Amino acid sequence: MSSRLLVFLIPFAVIAIFWVMARSEKKLAHDPTHKSFFERNGMVLGITFIMLVAFWSLFLVVLPYLYMVVESFHPKLPPMQRGGPDDHLTLEQYKSFFFEPMDGSLNTTHMGAFVFTIFTSVVVTAFNFAICYPLAYYMAQAGSLQKVRLIMLALIVPYWVNEILRAFSLRLLLASKGLINQALLGLGLTEKPIDFLALDVGLYVGLSYAYLLVMIFPLYNAIESLDKNQIEAARDLGAPWWKIHRDVVIPYAKPGIASGCTMVFMLAAGSLAAPQFLGGPSTLWFTSIVYDFFFQAFNWPRGAAYAFILLAACIAFVMLMLRLFKVSLGETIK
Amino acid sequence: MSAGVELDHVTVRFGQFTAVDDATLDIKGGEFFSFLGPSGCGKTTILRTVSGFLDPSAGKVRIGGQDMGGIGPNKRPTALIFQNLALFPLMTVADNITYGLRVRGMSKAERMKKAGELLDLIALPGQGDKLVSELSGGQKQRVAIARALAVQPKVLLLDEPLSALDLKLRQHMRTELRAIQQQVGITFIYITHDQGEALTMSDRIAVMSDGVIQQVSDGKNVYDHPDTPFVASFVGENNPFAGKVVSADGDYAAVETPHGVLRGRNDKKLKAGDRAILFVRPESFRLGGGASDATLASETISSAFEGNATHVFLKGATKKDITVTVARHGGHKIPVQGETAAIHYEPAMGVVLPEGKMARE
Ligand SMILES: Nc1ncnc2c1ncn2[C@@H]1O[C@H](COP(=O)(O)OP(=O)(O)O)[C@@H](O)[C@H]1O
Ligand SMILES: [Mg+2]
Repeated sequence: MSSRLLVFLIPFAVIAIFWVMARSEKKLAHDPTHKSFFERNGMVLGITFIMLVAFWSLFLVVLPYLYMVVESFHPKLPPMQRGGPDDHLTLEQYKSFFFEPMDGSLNTTHMGAFVFTIFTSVVVTAFNFAICYPLAYYMAQAGSLQKVRLIMLALIVPYWVNEILRAFSLRLLLASKGLINQALLGLGLTEKPIDFLALDVGLYVGLSYAYLLVMIFPLYNAIESLDKNQIEAARDLGAPWWKIHRDVVIPYAKPGIASGCTMVFMLAAGSLAAPQFLGGPSTLWFTSIVYDFFFQAFNWPRGAAYAFILLAACIAFVMLMLRLFKVSLGETIK
Repeated sequence: MSAGVELDHVTVRFGQFTAVDDATLDIKGGEFFSFLGPSGCGKTTILRTVSGFLDPSAGKVRIGGQDMGGIGPNKRPTALIFQNLALFPLMTVADNITYGLRVRGMSKAERMKKAGELLDLIALPGQGDKLVSELSGGQKQRVAIARALAVQPKVLLLDEPLSALDLKLRQHMRTELRAIQQQVGITFIYITHDQGEALTMSDRIAVMSDGVIQQVSDGKNVYDHPDTPFVASFVGENNPFAGKVVSADGDYAAVETPHGVLRGRNDKKLKAGDRAILFVRPESFRLGGGASDATLASETISSAFEGNATHVFLKGATKKDITVTVARHGGHKIPVQGETAAIHYEPAMGVVLPEGKMARE
């Protein structure tokens, strides 16, 4: 049997696990009056529930990814040869990220794009945090209710506009003959138009803007629950404003900050539209490479391998950051 | 080192609403001064104005003779203890206590030494490494006091600091607070709605109602010589008898009340014809008849035995009963329900005040 099909054994294993869980539930309850799962629901309904949950968790959550994992460990073959003698497990797709499959030289293009993607995502996350923290603090602690509502509305309404329109309107603003350059030329601040797009300004702005809400809401939620008296107590004890933030607000909001930063970083690193529309001509975003492998080169195994490299790197990076800032993963999803 | 606090015609408004109305006070350095009043009367607002979190809409606050206008809370020689304490939950007890020193740039070693001293002062030696959440209510209370004292304020402001504690602890903390104040020798401005706290701890008390300071005096004076019907009815129990002054002779005035003409001290120099309220405290009444203008009789409604004393409730002219507290010194026959009982008092223990607003029951 082909190794690809091994994946399909997993559903049965999962169903079996659910079955055992349902059976052992009664024993774990330590309560003699507690009815077991099947006593409560009846055999037919009980089995149906188990099947449905298993179906949902498998076919919609686990299996697609698992299938891609398996795929990434196979060579690229024409459909005819799939499952044939050449279809064996291999690491060549992962290796191709580091060394060109053609001549074995270092794959600087892809590794460069990878580093650029991670770096840019970190910068975008930091930039987003710098914008969102003061805003979230204002909304959560300082602003009056009416003003906060207004800001909230101003933040949300732009997201009704679809992503492509948003990206292209930014492009119009930033283009060589765009509004900003016209203004700069008109004011005599610059001699010739600045190519913001080639400088990746568009990329940074577009990515930051795209995930603004993802950053602001966790921050807002975290800061909002902070007792105002704590801020005032710090102030009363003589702390200038920045020490109040350093010692009281930020430590308190740390889980929210971690959660916002994690999400923005993950989403930015995996984003496709903004880099494609707003990146400069020589900008190579890692997900665009993955996209091209899937839809241009029809090289699913290599695309899958690249996608998992990105995923693993992002997870490792986030874990490292959480460890560094002493936040547990559980706190970030509170 | 302590400093006095002067309020010079301080008014604080929130929009149209006046929370503090033209307060003028002179709190002396080293004094234990209390603001006493029902909830919502503007006590916290005054404290926040002194600490700098609020700017007065009119008037001036001076600390140690220096005008505090434009000086922020982090620059004033005051420290505030919040109603909910507002300890920093993510810091240890020692870090909480020395936070004010940390922002002043004191070195870690020095801070730890200072924390040790303060922990000794508040009787929590060696507990510096605990988290705030591991402490009991009373211990948190003390940590909040130590945190405020650490910055060596000239004035300590306390906003109902004992209200979250249970009765026993509250009474114990009263003595302790007073002892700490005497030890550090700085000005304490204490806010409370509990007259017991104000009377036992303070050198002087300002009684407040609806943003207006009614009387400023020591506890004994506030109790024995109230300035307004509000003070008379808010501080301690009191029986009001409203009516019209029929005669005023020297230090006394006679008031025509529904229970007959009754006499009391005329501190406010009312004249015949003025509308007035005579106040007689429950413990000032004695059972039985006395002088005709200091005796009244009414039907007994009920009595409540309380061990060291018995409260007898007589039917009053208004909805409120007349309360008579009969101390236990033998020989008294407590009137039974339905019986008409005569009571009398020493006219010097009755106080005649001009008619005015009373405290809500
Ligand atoms: N920031 C504010 N805005 C509007 N009204 C306020 C504000 N702070 C206090 N008040 C009002 O001022 C009055 C006095 O409040 P406060 O000083 O807190 O009373 P106390 O401490 O004596 O209970 C209350 O009626 C309260 O509703
Ligand atoms: Mg208050």
